[in-house]
Amino acid sequence: MTDLDIVSRLPQDERMLLMPLVRTTSTFWRWAILMVAISLWGAFAYAYQLRHGLGVTGLNTPEYWGIYIICFVFFIGISHAGTLISAILRVANAEWRRSITRSAEFITVLVIGFGAVQPVLDLGRPDRVLNVILNPQPFSPLLWDIMSIGLYLTASSIYLYIPMIPDLARIRDLGLRPRPLYWFLAIGYRDTPAARHTLERIIAVLAVMVIPIAVSVHTVIGWIFALTLRPMWHSAIFGPYFVMGAIFSGIAALIIAMAILRRVYNLKAYFKDVHFNNMGLLLLVMAVIWFYFTFAENLTVWYGGEEAELATLYSKLIGDFAFPFWLMVACCFVIPFALMARRATRNVAGTTVASVAVVIGMWLERFNIVVPTSLHPRVEMSAVHYFPSWVELSIMAGTFSGFILVYMVATKFFPIISIWEIKEGREKSVEEVSERVADYLPDDVAVVES
Amino acid sequence: MARWGMVIDLDRCNGCQACEIACRSENNLAVGGAQAARENRTISWMRVHTEIEGEWPDLRARFVPQPCMQCDRPPCTLVCPVQATTLDREGIVSQIYARCIGCRYCANACPYTVKYFNWRKPFYPESVLTGLNPDVSIRPVGVVEKCTFCNHRLQTARDQARAEQRPLREGDYVPACAESCPTGAIVFGDLDDPGQRVAQLSREPRAFRLQEDLGTQPKVYYLAEQD
Repeated sequence: MTDLDIVSRLPQDERMLLMPLVRTTSTFWRWAILMVAISLWGAFAYAYQLRHGLGVTGLNTPEYWGIYIICFVFFIGISHAGTLISAILRVANAEWRRSITRSAEFITVLVIGFGAVQPVLDLGRPDRVLNVILNPQPFSPLLWDIMSIGLYLTASSIYLYIPMIPDLARIRDLGLRPRPLYWFLAIGYRDTPAARHTLERIIAVLAVMVIPIAVSVHTVIGWIFALTLRPMWHSAIFGPYFVMGAIFSGIAALIIAMAILRRVYNLKAYFKDVHFNNMGLLLLVMAVIWFYFTFAENLTVWYGGEEAELATLYSKLIGDFAFPFWLMVACCFVIPFALMARRATRNVAGTTVASVAVVIGMWLERFNIVVPTSLHPRVEMSAVHYFPSWVELSIMAGTFSGFILVYMVATKFFPIISIWEIKEGREKSVEEVSERVADYLPDDVAVVES
Repeated sequence: MARWGMVIDLDRCNGCQACEIACRSENNLAVGGAQAARENRTISWMRVHTEIEGEWPDLRARFVPQPCMQCDRPPCTLVCPVQATTLDREGIVSQIYARCIGCRYCANACPYTVKYFNWRKPFYPESVLTGLNPDVSIRPVGVVEKCTFCNHRLQTARDQARAEQRPLREGDYVPACAESCPTGAIVFGDLDDPGQRVAQLSREPRAFRLQEDLGTQPKVYYLAEQD
């Protein structure tokens, strides 16, 4: 009996959710080949940069940081989707989470490496990167960053893996290939009530632990900028602003992933309208908070009226960077707000369009943070400019395609929706939730007083 | 212990850029040529900034030579993840080229934009090769470099004084820019020795430092122009 036969005979949940593991369409292969090609092109561009040095980029004095650092902040931001959202939904006991936590956690674990590698691509001497461990300077925000990203990667990998064990054990018991992989990853788990109880205790503790770690990661990235004396970087709002922006872009990335998965793996019954509606509401809330933070940041700078700060601010509002700035405002606020505030457009298509806008807008926000400040140093400099070179743009394209590729491959080896949690939802939660709601209601006065 | 510093008299500077040239040949600065100029990638540890004030015909040009300010509270050393740039005991902000990983965080943190990055492998035309200074190391591609107050000259001066069995005197140690200035606008020495000219000038009413409000406490002072 082939794996496909085994899976075809299973009941609905297991059949639907394990099918991507055993059946691969030609569309998958076409996309995979395209992604491999773009990734290889990006790898070639990096090899070219290694050979010739950072001179092949468009970077210069004073534009010391460019596309790589923009992508660093952007991708680490995207990685906040998963673990943080999944943890918050678990802690809050939000029952609609069951279909979406796994796909969210996968985004975190798979994208964070692509984000973390960006500063290394940006190094003038990547061969000396280990100096960071050999001669650490504990007051450097870059060092704090390495520690918090390392901790976040470890914690979110564990947080992805532990809730996947019952599914892995089930796949092992079904005997799907590659058998040694599932045998190894299932670490001898047997789905007894005692084992399940322990597992759920561990997940509950992890969910609480990963939240502060996730918050620390993007705070520290904000501090990399905020702890310098540069105009419009040196701002106390940057820590929370970066965390908020990360969650915002993370939610958008998750919605896009859900919309694609729903279509390509025919999971309409699992990623339902209610999921897109709820995620759309989250997106709406974040869009409003984004507007508030952005307004607060820019108003403070404008009202303070310091010369160096104003030069940077005006370049964004009405100067050279007016186009990326106002496009960002449209993508991060106007479009998502207009679409998500109405029930009629909070459907699959509407949330997806809004999410694509938000992802583009959040990339532009990172651009608007890095480039205008870099080009407005406190000392006067003539004729400053920054045009990213083909090398930088190729590496960026390679990073995007690399992430999409590993995510595609991951869906071929692991169920992208948690099977046991769906089952648990069907078997237990309906009853639990009724009990919980009954619990919220006022007690009988006569009983309480006696 | 000495605290090395510099006073630049803006009244005396005539913008001749002899300091830039002296620094260039003393410290083996790479020759970037037209390409580096086009790409905004030139390296010049000492740079004479020209500021045009007023409107035509009431124009006035000011020349402000800017080396590394050798801050007593340098923002650049604090952010370096690998201790490649540090403040040494005599107040000079040094850069270890063999350790620098080229992240350019220090260059971004510097409010004076006086830290330079080697975007390309340093290039020297044939005519320059024979004149390279053996006391100063050639930087590799991909690291940050900066003005060091010619601190290799301090070592030579100290050796000389020791050989002559005498303490270091004013004028024994002078960077190339100060030495080459034809109008004597650049004065160098120990800011903590009240007998030295640099210490006296730095306490003059005309003395100011660039962007003093940032709290970086530079050791390069300027004497304002008198009208």
